[in-house]
Amino acid sequence: MSASNFQSSALGKLLTYLSILLFLSIPWLLSALGLESAPYWVDVLNNIGLYTMLALSLNLILGQAGMFHMGHAAFFAVGAYTTAILNLNHGWSIMATMPVAALAAGFVAAVLAGPIIHLRGDYLLIVTIGIVEIVRIALTNDIFGLTGGPSGLFGIARPSFFGFKLTKPHHFFYFIWFMVILSLILFNWLENSRFGRALKFIKEDAVAAENMGINTTFYKFLAFVVGAAWAGVAGTVFACRLRTVSPESFNFGESVVLFTIVILGGSGSQKGVLLGSFLVMGLPQILRDFQDKRFLIFGAALVVMMIFRPQGLIPPKPARFCLPEPWAERYGSKGD
Amino acid sequence: MDFFFQQLSNGLTVGGIYALIALGYTMVYGVMKLINFAHGELFALGAYIGYSLLVTMNLGGRLGPPMAIALTIIMVASLVALAGHLLERAAYRPLSHSDRLSAVVSALGASIFLQNAIMIKWGAQYRAYGADLLPNVIVNLFGQNVPLIRILVFLFAVVVMTALYAFIHRTKLGLAIRAAAIDQGAAKLMGVDVRRVIAVVFIIGPALGGLAGLLVGLYYGQINFIMGQLYGLKAFTAAIIGGIGNIPGAMIGGLLLGLIEALGAAYVSVAWKDALTFVVLILILVFRPTGLLPERVAEKL
Repeated sequence: MSASNFQSSALGKLLTYLSILLFLSIPWLLSALGLESAPYWVDVLNNIGLYTMLALSLNLILGQAGMFHMGHAAFFAVGAYTTAILNLNHGWSIMATMPVAALAAGFVAAVLAGPIIHLRGDYLLIVTIGIVEIVRIALTNDIFGLTGGPSGLFGIARPSFFGFKLTKPHHFFYFIWFMVILSLILFNWLENSRFGRALKFIKEDAVAAENMGINTTFYKFLAFVVGAAWAGVAGTVFACRLRTVSPESFNFGESVVLFTIVILGGSGSQKGVLLGSFLVMGLPQILRDFQDKRFLIFGAALVVMMIFRPQGLIPPKPARFCLPEPWAERYGSKGD
Repeated sequence: MDFFFQQLSNGLTVGGIYALIALGYTMVYGVMKLINFAHGELFALGAYIGYSLLVTMNLGGRLGPPMAIALTIIMVASLVALAGHLLERAAYRPLSHSDRLSAVVSALGASIFLQNAIMIKWGAQYRAYGADLLPNVIVNLFGQNVPLIRILVFLFAVVVMTALYAFIHRTKLGLAIRAAAIDQGAAKLMGVDVRRVIAVVFIIGPALGGLAGLLVGLYYGQINFIMGQLYGLKAFTAAIIGGIGNIPGAMIGGLLLGLIEALGAAYVSVAWKDALTFVVLILILVFRPTGLLPERVAEKL
């Protein structure tokens, strides 16, 4: 590792931490400026945060495992409804429902994944669209008498931590962005683990990976289930933030938005996903005229991106690994 | 028995419409191995162009219903065909050399774009076709009362499909389409202009899909901008049931799906009707992905 590299990476780290700090003080800055619309903008940031969580979990499936999954709203819905039902019918506290929401979404994904995991790209896309529709129809038809039919469930409690109840948008801002940072840490760790390296190999060349002894079906299955479980966690956050869940919140359009975020930002890259969330969820709020035309523009953007930059705005950096000692001496160190 | 017959005739009518849309999916898939996600929106576009001609411009009042319908059929088919051609030029041709999944995402983007373009142009609310366009007559068929419109819609679908079948099997261009579907590379070597074949497929498929949209408007009397999504998925299911890439398969798959849906809604549950289609789709893809009539790969001519 050379000295200049070290300095630039230390400076980079410092800048990253500073910008995180600056970002986290936005609610405080906005209210200090005395803006009347401060709660609104904090709410917009909360929305972006929620979608970042979801898009990061989709990124594991779509970006890292390379599976064309368009049914993420289904797992998000399972998580949100699990939280709503446990809280309303059984009086569980919100944070206690979170692990159950993750398990429920992961379980549904595990059941579905078995038969569909081997389907080729575009077929998988169609099947997962079908799954979202089935889930939405099931929720609308008040399945098991639990989901409240078309109007959904309302009156979900607010989350509280050590007796402190989250009520204002800026309370949720810290809660949601804490969850985003947690997601970033989790998925970063996963990416660099044995699991993440296996996925990278499978995406590059599935046949070669299989030949090297990587169980491709197992790793794809795991990516699908873990991604779905984290969407379930995001479902809990969604349910307690809006305090209501209804089938229309989890339609095909939501899946399209998530898919667009990952593809546009750069599938497989966490920075790309973060940028994608800000663009897709934030821009329509800034350019209001844009609001009713936003899907029109997403659609056109997807076509244009595929023609000119199919890898997304910030594609993942190619992985670099240090050579083991004997080779490093002979060929020079290739790692950073 | 009477109830059963009503469901049967309804199922066949809807099935005919599904089959017309399914043909567009299956023809494009046969030649390009691409699911044209925007096909459902082209179908909706056909329904809305029909609405503009028949309701906004009141062709029925000016020309009399038979002339108006005939003119509308021609206009819808040619305008949607033009839209399909432009779509192919803008969203698919530039990607003919990139990897398949980029083309899939591009198709999806085109679909989202078209759906919202329709919404911005014609509005998000339901639009009603006039009720007085087709005579509201009940005819007696095999001792059962059937609305005339069901018979007309079904017959129209059958005539169009027969014409298409004859075109594919009796003309030189039809032969080129079949050749390109079997092996693009070999077809090119034999002097088939595959680019032209793709262009033709993107004209015929959308024209049929647009006509199906017009039929839905006339049959149900109302249309909305997201209908392309649902009908598109259903017609795609029909194409898969019949074996995607196979033209007679799409016709049979469409009729079969129409029947499954009508009978399922009647005897199982109306609320779960749409879910039933998707369950069928998933089951077919998982257990018999080649469909009922798989595409014949090595066909000796």
